[in-house]
Amino acid sequence: MAAFIARRLLLLPLVAFGVTLLIFALLQFLSPAERAGLFVTDPRQLSQIGSIIRKYGLDKPVHVQYWNWLKQLARGDLGWSQTARMPTAQAIASFFPATFELTFYMFVPIILIGIWLGTQAAVHKDRFVDHFSRFFAISLRGLPSFVWGLIVLMAFYGWLGWFPPGRLSLDAEFFVKSAQFHTYTRLMTVDALLNAQWWIFLDALRHIAGPALTLVLVEMALLVRITRSSMLEVLRQDYVRTARAKGLDEPVVIRRHARRNALIPVITLSSLLFVGLLGGVVLAETIFNFPGIGKWGAEAAVQLDIPGVTGFAMFIAFVTVLGNLAADVLYATVDPRIRLQ
Amino acid sequence: MSTPQATLTRTLPARALGSAIVAFVVLALVSATSPALRARVLSHPVDVAALLLLVAVIAVIWTLPSDFTKRMKRNPLSVTGFTIIALFLTVAALAPLLASPKPGTRDPYLIPHEGFMPDPRPPYPGHPLGTTGNQYDLYYGIVWGTRTAFRVAVIVVAISMAIGLILGSVAGFYGGRLDEVIMRVTDIFLAFPGLVLAVVVTAVLGKGLDKVMIAIALVGWPLYARLLRGDILSVKQRDFVEAARAMGAGDLRIVFRHVIPNAIYPFMVVAAFDMGVVVLVAAALSFLGLGAEVGYADWGQLINMSRSWILGVPGKPFIYWYTVVFPGTVIFLFVLGWNLLGDAFRDILDPRLRGST
Repeated sequence: MAAFIARRLLLLPLVAFGVTLLIFALLQFLSPAERAGLFVTDPRQLSQIGSIIRKYGLDKPVHVQYWNWLKQLARGDLGWSQTARMPTAQAIASFFPATFELTFYMFVPIILIGIWLGTQAAVHKDRFVDHFSRFFAISLRGLPSFVWGLIVLMAFYGWLGWFPPGRLSLDAEFFVKSAQFHTYTRLMTVDALLNAQWWIFLDALRHIAGPALTLVLVEMALLVRITRSSMLEVLRQDYVRTARAKGLDEPVVIRRHARRNALIPVITLSSLLFVGLLGGVVLAETIFNFPGIGKWGAEAAVQLDIPGVTGFAMFIAFVTVLGNLAADVLYATVDPRIRLQ
Repeated sequence: MSTPQATLTRTLPARALGSAIVAFVVLALVSATSPALRARVLSHPVDVAALLLLVAVIAVIWTLPSDFTKRMKRNPLSVTGFTIIALFLTVAALAPLLASPKPGTRDPYLIPHEGFMPDPRPPYPGHPLGTTGNQYDLYYGIVWGTRTAFRVAVIVVAISMAIGLILGSVAGFYGGRLDEVIMRVTDIFLAFPGLVLAVVVTAVLGKGLDKVMIAIALVGWPLYARLLRGDILSVKQRDFVEAARAMGAGDLRIVFRHVIPNAIYPFMVVAAFDMGVVVLVAAALSFLGLGAEVGYADWGQLINMSRSWILGVPGKPFIYWYTVVFPGTVIFLFVLGWNLLGDAFRDILDPRLRGST
């Protein structure tokens, strides 16, 4: 097991190195003056772009430039983000907690409801639940999340007024910024609970519900399908028949014998789901004006804030790779056959 | 007739196809009597010819007595997917007839707009689906957007397939260090969620539909490369490849004549799904404001334009519903159609997966 994790960990720096290489290659499409923006940490320096190009050697050979850029990245210096009006590294640190919180509140319902629905569909094959879940999965696969998000916004904010855009209401935000409220984790719901402020907790949840609803339905469809087919496969196995033959209750057979084994492919899928969510938040946060990393990344791209958008992309890639690694380790933990390969 | 045979021939009744053709001919004849319509048809001979060719191709495919079409016709979902895509193809071919550009227009893909009144207007004569912000006509945008969607999908899928085909077959066939390098490169591309990488590439290359296509192709190829590599690895060890080599066939001949044809089916299945995904990602980029120029007929852009009107006015939250519902439905149907076709291809072409969903 240790050897398996070690091997995966060794691959991690290789991918990280490749990601920097890819981003650097993309940056070569820009002129030196545009790239000089990566080294500007203060808007006042913009008038001296020529001297910045010379100072940082942006007219030097490519490999020298790449080495210098890597050294800069290693120091945590990602340049000045015009859209965030702060250094890119600081922008990532300040926007990511909101996105992390949002992703958590999307991930948990998707996994719980998706697995439940998929299991029900397989157990009651060709009954109403099954037909419903298949119709649901097929029709939702084509639904563009940004169209669905706009409809959610129209119905749940414009009409019902339940799920407002943003991260907090005005009065809640005022309270959070006051001295009465201590910030511990930057995750709004957790902080609200630690401060024992129930109304802030509910307010934060109300703001999360809109973007979460946007992605939960769309991303859940795949999980339901995979759980269903995996479960059907397992229910045909001999050990399930044995379990039934020795007189176990059907719910025990389903929960303890069938579903546990059916969930193995679902773990692989969950890392894919995580990647899907990280891409999806770009759209969901933009629609709901949720101040997370996705909305900032999209804004940076539209306003040609190159340091911002490259920093955003590298960070997301880093998180994605970590997520995949976690899924691999989890996979090897539940299924000993994997470790032997 | 034995039971299995009866199941195999339980296809859509031939009568339905026959009556559809008759209805089509009657409709064509009736419309030919209207001078306005006749003038429209005569002024766009190429597009009409394209449609007729399309109808002929679809009819031939549909009536082929192969196992493929039989299985296709047996599954109502496959028939639905096939019909949806056929309808979209028809709209794309007939775009100039369905929504004629104003005489003397520089580029028919630019949506015409009357005046600059900012508020959208609900459907009214001359604008069957209403107008979105700045009076851009929704119907025109959707009809010509169909052409845009097909162009983007075909070009992007072709590029990513070509790159995937070359790198995947090289990696799979030669293996060793070259394989290791190519696979690590795909690892790097797959380290990004597709949309995020596409956003960065368009941000660096600049806005515009061509840049969007490059960005999505760049995101898409690793999937094809990995798929083909895996298939080639399994096909390579079969006896018939060994036999070909014993006959003295060269590497290129083995790859193109023996290995790729035997590994290509999953490739086609993924391509069908990808047609829908590509349009979805392109629309998402346009929605974010990274796509085509303002006023270009593109579904994602229509959704983008509707964003400012989504909340309606106080007391009437759904007053501008048409600005998002019409283009949204069209994207949804397009993606759904390709998904259903992809499902059909997978069930038919890959017998191992048959009946798994």
